[in-house]
Amino acid sequence: MARLLLALLFLSVAQPVLAADSEALVIHVLNRTGYGPRPGEVARVQAMGVARYVDAQLYPERIPDGDIPKRLASLRSLALPPAQLVLTYPPNDLQKRIDKLRAEGKTEEAARLENAMAPESQRGKPREVLTELGSAKLVRAVHSNRQLEEVMVDFWFNHFNVNWSKGAERWLVTAYEREVIRPHAFGKFRDLLLASAQSPAMLFYLDNWLSSSATAPARRDRKPGLNENYARELLELHTLGVDGGYTQNDVVEVARCLTGWTLSRPRDGGGFVFRPRMHDSGQKVVLGKVIRAGGGKEDGIAVIDMLARHPKTARFIATKLCLRFVADDPPKTLVDRVAAVFLRTDGDLRQTVRAVLTSPEFLSAKYAGAKIKTPLELVASSIRAVGGETKGGTTLLAALNRMGMPLYLCQPPTGYADRADAWVSSGALLERLSFAVALMEGRMVGTTVEAERILPRPDLDRAIEIILGARCSAETRATLSKEMPVSSKKLVGLILGSPEFQRR
Amino acid sequence: MSDCPECTPRNLSRRTFLKNGALAMVGAALSPGFLARAVEAAPDARGRVLVVIFQRGAVDGLSMVVPHAAPEYYKLRKGIAIPREQVLDLDGYFGLHPSLAPFKPLFDRRTLAIVQASGSPDNTRSHFDAQDYMEAAAPGNKSVHDGWLNRYMGTAPNKNAFRAVSITANLPRSLSGMQPALAIPSVRSFGVRGGKSAERGFEAMYSQSASDVLHGTGKESFKAVETLRKRLSGPYQPANGANYPRGNFGQQMQQVAQLIKADLGLEIAAAEVGGWDTHANQRGPLAQRLEEFAQSVAALHQDLGDRMQDVLIITMSEFGRKLEENGSGGTDHGHGNCNFVIGGRVRGGRIYGQWPGLAPGQLFEGRDLAVTTDFRDVFGEAVVRFLQCRSASNVFPGYALLPNRFRGYLA
Repeated sequence: MARLLLALLFLSVAQPVLAADSEALVIHVLNRTGYGPRPGEVARVQAMGVARYVDAQLYPERIPDGDIPKRLASLRSLALPPAQLVLTYPPNDLQKRIDKLRAEGKTEEAARLENAMAPESQRGKPREVLTELGSAKLVRAVHSNRQLEEVMVDFWFNHFNVNWSKGAERWLVTAYEREVIRPHAFGKFRDLLLASAQSPAMLFYLDNWLSSSATAPARRDRKPGLNENYARELLELHTLGVDGGYTQNDVVEVARCLTGWTLSRPRDGGGFVFRPRMHDSGQKVVLGKVIRAGGGKEDGIAVIDMLARHPKTARFIATKLCLRFVADDPPKTLVDRVAAVFLRTDGDLRQTVRAVLTSPEFLSAKYAGAKIKTPLELVASSIRAVGGETKGGTTLLAALNRMGMPLYLCQPPTGYADRADAWVSSGALLERLSFAVALMEGRMVGTTVEAERILPRPDLDRAIEIILGARCSAETRATLSKEMPVSSKKLVGLILGSPEFQRR
Repeated sequence: MSDCPECTPRNLSRRTFLKNGALAMVGAALSPGFLARAVEAAPDARGRVLVVIFQRGAVDGLSMVVPHAAPEYYKLRKGIAIPREQVLDLDGYFGLHPSLAPFKPLFDRRTLAIVQASGSPDNTRSHFDAQDYMEAAAPGNKSVHDGWLNRYMGTAPNKNAFRAVSITANLPRSLSGMQPALAIPSVRSFGVRGGKSAERGFEAMYSQSASDVLHGTGKESFKAVETLRKRLSGPYQPANGANYPRGNFGQQMQQVAQLIKADLGLEIAAAEVGGWDTHANQRGPLAQRLEEFAQSVAALHQDLGDRMQDVLIITMSEFGRKLEENGSGGTDHGHGNCNFVIGGRVRGGRIYGQWPGLAPGQLFEGRDLAVTTDFRDVFGEAVVRFLQCRSASNVFPGYALLPNRFRGYLA
């Protein structure tokens, strides 16, 4: 019986599957597991076989990262811990603070800060930290061999979104991506969740660092009390999902559990601490489960454990992964199977992603090209398609901004949407076309593309073959042929702006 | 907002756009209605214009329109209440946040009204859900995907490409759906920047992918586009001494004015402003946001002058914030909120709606301002009485729109 059901299941989803290692399949896989093919890459992956390629991508630590360290070497903020970022890219008022301390007679503290600050010649503005973060994301997306890792880092950052522009966040986000998101992208969901819960960036962004028991001793002029912000988003956005069956009361109870999970000196780059005096030590009931009084810091751990392994969480994460890799409206049977893998492997993200990438649905011709690229995907895949080089930089970042996707600046905790309707409208689309032209005209400062290198002569068939491959529709081909003759770079620009290239 | 030097407008984009609707490219993802739109821009069309402003992030209504005569407000907001002496009193009970000072003369001159304790019958405190519900005007119903403004357009479709414009890079949910609507983040740089041959190429490619629907777009459309370009060319000079703040929202308001004055048949303009999710230390930042908000809206009002007779501005936010301040000098997610309605046809200088009170027994779920006016009645009144829609029931699925529930801010 079970076998029959299984057979039926496969019948209902399987056909038609893209032919094994066909060009169409390889393009599809490179578009979904990374930022699209570079010239020559399709043939390389064909030779290797799609199954082996996907398997290799699931273990990024085994893939040599090539010249990435060299390419990122000049972005000096990337490796700094928050405390040093503050001193190297100090807020405008740091000098004022030092002067004030001195005026108040706190000369020792003033001297400590002054000595700690980077020498003036090495100091930068906080905004440079943002530019370097965005540049690094683009450099990696375009040049890294570990393409799936870059996709997953982007995915999990977006899932656990923080906004760089909120106050002290500007000195916290760099470490957040480096130490919280990246190392856990192929680990256990529970560890990722806990790391984000205890990260300065998240504690600050969603205010949990301020949340305390109503009876805690007052701090400065402020009355103590709960802050529900993080507790709510933890349930809604990070784990169970908005339809995950929790109530307003659960939000309050989770917030109570997490009181005392705070930061030492957030504005100076301090880290996570548990402060028993801020903690509500009474009994809590979360999702019907009693968390006994007196648990202290463990209350929060209990909540994280409960949520990380909850079936609703499995479903929510599976849905988001299928949305990213398969379609805006992913088949329910696939989501079910992926959620089951999540639960069976105790939230092993490598196995969960593998379940998506090896599914017949993922490999189905039906979903090839079904997703609209986000602006980031469009920009990175364009540069890759023409074999270009990028250092990131403000021009490229500004283009992303105009397309509606300023990097690291998504304001709501929801993160950026991963559905076509969020990205396809008039203004943003025209910006995509403008970008294609500007890129090929060499107007993206910090990025070089040489159309003539991939296309020595403006040969239409060859250009389509290199950039679109099997994806090119007869209509687009016919239209382009009417535009001929044009220069190589114009031709490539047109193809990058084509409807087919907006899809992945 | 774009300010790069190469961003000189070219007409390709508008042409491409108008010809086939930029959404053509996405094939399955596009709404057929978008394509069906031909481009009979109606030159010199001067109709009524509804301007909707979404304050994303759940603005603290109790700080915007302060119930300064309610003892509970001061009792539960010891750290963040607006001191009575700073409140700009409106009627002895309510008053404006001092940063909303630009609204005070509008209230006094009776072109601004407030609907108090409005909101959703759904109790979600999720930004995401609540915004969706409000923009779909279908609280609690996740199967409604199009927006209320788009459905309004569907009750009387016309072929004007510039009928509905959002001053954002991407269309808000409220304008999404079968009817065409444009997202124009910047009227100055709206277009594809590139050489002539690229222009032609994109235009051809995108018209190819929707060739059937695009049949019949003729020379008039191009003429209309030219008209638009001419009308919006050159630096913009606001009228009546209006002074728009330099931030993003101020610029959105200025562009609304530009589009209205261009007489292109604009009927719906959407704008949005964020930064209201004030969970911590809200005093200073909120005052700042409100100042920019009020100055921008007031500048639009000033700039449009007599034209405000045919303009209605409605502000909205997904829900209000909790009455009691939290442990961090901020406010957590709540329920009821308020709307500002501004325009020459508004019966202003009044605060509409039934005030539910702030005593413990009067609060929603024991903690938040209760809702006594369904937000659909606020929107509905605008649709029926301002836009003069005759089949407004289609705009609010599953909701019986009864004029006796309208609060009467419009005659």
